Amino acid sequence: MKQRQEPLIFDLSREGRMGTTLPEVDVPEISIENALPEGGIRKDLPLPSVSELDVIRHFTHLSERQISVDSSFYPLGSCTMKYNPRVNERISRLPGFTSVHPLQPEETVQGALTLMYELERYLAEIAGMDAVSLQPVAGAQGELAGMMVVRAYHQSREDDARTTVLVPDSSHGTNPATAARVGFQIAKIPSNERGTVDIDALKGMLGPNIAGLMLTNPNTLGLFETDVVKICEMVHDAGALLYCDGANMNAILGKARPGDMCFDVMHFNLHKTFSTPHGGGGPGAGPIAVKDFLKPFLPVPVIEKDGNRYWLNYDKPQSIGRLHSFYGNFLVMVKAFAYIRMLGAEGMREVSENAVLNANYIMSKLKDIYPVPYDRYCMHEFVATAKEHKKRGVKALDIAKRLLDMGFHAPTVYFPLIVEEALMIEPTETESKETLDAFIQAMIEIDRESREDPDMVAHAPYNTPITRVDEVGAARKPKLTCFGE
Amino acid sequence: MYPDDVKYTESHEWVRVADGLATIGITDYAQEELGDIVNVELPEPGTVVRAHEAFGSVDSVKAVSDLLSPVTGEVVEVNEDLEGSPELINQEPYGTGWLIIVRMDDTSELNELMDSEAYERFVEAE
Repeated sequence: MKQRQEPLIFDLSREGRMGTTLPEVDVPEISIENALPEGGIRKDLPLPSVSELDVIRHFTHLSERQISVDSSFYPLGSCTMKYNPRVNERISRLPGFTSVHPLQPEETVQGALTLMYELERYLAEIAGMDAVSLQPVAGAQGELAGMMVVRAYHQSREDDARTTVLVPDSSHGTNPATAARVGFQIAKIPSNERGTVDIDALKGMLGPNIAGLMLTNPNTLGLFETDVVKICEMVHDAGALLYCDGANMNAILGKARPGDMCFDVMHFNLHKTFSTPHGGGGPGAGPIAVKDFLKPFLPVPVIEKDGNRYWLNYDKPQSIGRLHSFYGNFLVMVKAFAYIRMLGAEGMREVSENAVLNANYIMSKLKDIYPVPYDRYCMHEFVATAKEHKKRGVKALDIAKRLLDMGFHAPTVYFPLIVEEALMIEPTETESKETLDAFIQAMIEIDRESREDPDMVAHAPYNTPITRVDEVGAARKPKLTCFGE
Repeated sequence: MYPDDVKYTESHEWVRVADGLATIGITDYAQEELGDIVNVELPEPGTVVRAHEAFGSVDSVKAVSDLLSPVTGEVVEVNEDLEGSPELINQEPYGTGWLIIVRMDDTSELNELMDSEAYERFVEAE
């Protein structure tokens, strides 16, 4: 069923219509011109005049057209759109958590500090690292913090020649962007025929100018970098540091630890792996974890424990400084803490086992019609190609759009860049076999349609309120206001 | 499909040479792979570009990609029409969608590039 278009709430506006009736003024009225300076008074305030029922219906209609993990399967590779248990939300709404103020004296927020301190310990244990900062509020900010730590480390040793950071050609785009933002040059390492870092190429690139290597493991193809220990030795022998992009931690919880793979610094995405809400602009959390020798560079404040008392230490002369007001997104930490405590060590391992099993199940059912360029067991996600479909006039984008008609969220497309017409599928651990089978069936159906009626697929979707959005127009001539030109 | 008056790089740029000046663009294959191009970043005239190094970037609805120069030299002209109409690259990649003109330092760099037949084979193997 095609949903109808929903007008903007401004278009529902009717002069004089109101949602509330204000009580009679029971104080003397004064003129606003007398109370405020002229420059402080707006002459127009174009807010919609609508009734309460208009508002309720408008936003209910909008909410009904949402495709979210609460309504449908959401195999958006690289994003780990798993279901967030409601109990985490309930816990984070307890008044003891919501009513604390960041400016309260330390003695009165010992509970909040205890939770943060313990969450740091859990994350350090999961990562195989020594120290954690919870402060970064997004994965990209975690990367920034981590690479600032790398820069601060080299600077502390007056090793100023290290100006270049290596990234694999399969890396998340944020990796080179982060390194560039911190002031490094970028050099790309090619992938080998197994879809992992080309060791020989790496050997040729390492030298006294290299500050570090940023690696995602498993990588963005969903493949485990089996040479990681060798890579680590090579990078360390060259005097550089190894950064772990922890976006794909969902594949290895309780199974393998970046610290044991000799990574020096990493970030987590609490909003991916630890089941806090994701998307819609956050709030997220991107804590970083480091080995002991990098501890002096962590952002301030650092939570310290003396006996039974927790306190915030700002006196860290080598720290990279603050990254956010106060201490990061505290309630996101509460949700991650609840999730970790609820699952425990055994539950964590099961998360990764099921995430990997689900991805391999879908891959094995689909790879005959959607070929997988690096045909190995995958980890928590896999990348297929729609190269053959493209020859029939159906691109990866069209397949993604057609999935919307079938009630599924689209997978990630055109990433990683090294796979042509990439479809990146990550089912996560929270889906049942029935759901996975329904998705597999939909993909088989779209493949059949691409043979029988490619033009139809190329113009999908048909059941959504808007068929194709004008991405080019939006990028070239963005219209950023609803009030005319 | 693959004009033979230009030479090609493995990173899908083309170069057309006349009077020591090299006009550089991206190939039809590259624009097709990138999809609709929404923005182009190009160097100012007077900038020195180096072979195999990035001289700018193209931004499409799919991705941002570096543009790698096939040759070393000084930029003498930039296609200013692209600022308002980046779609020219999609429409006429070998014509009005050209990117920059470079005064070459070393014409022997052209010997490393592919001719149309070699590029056709290269694209088919991709």
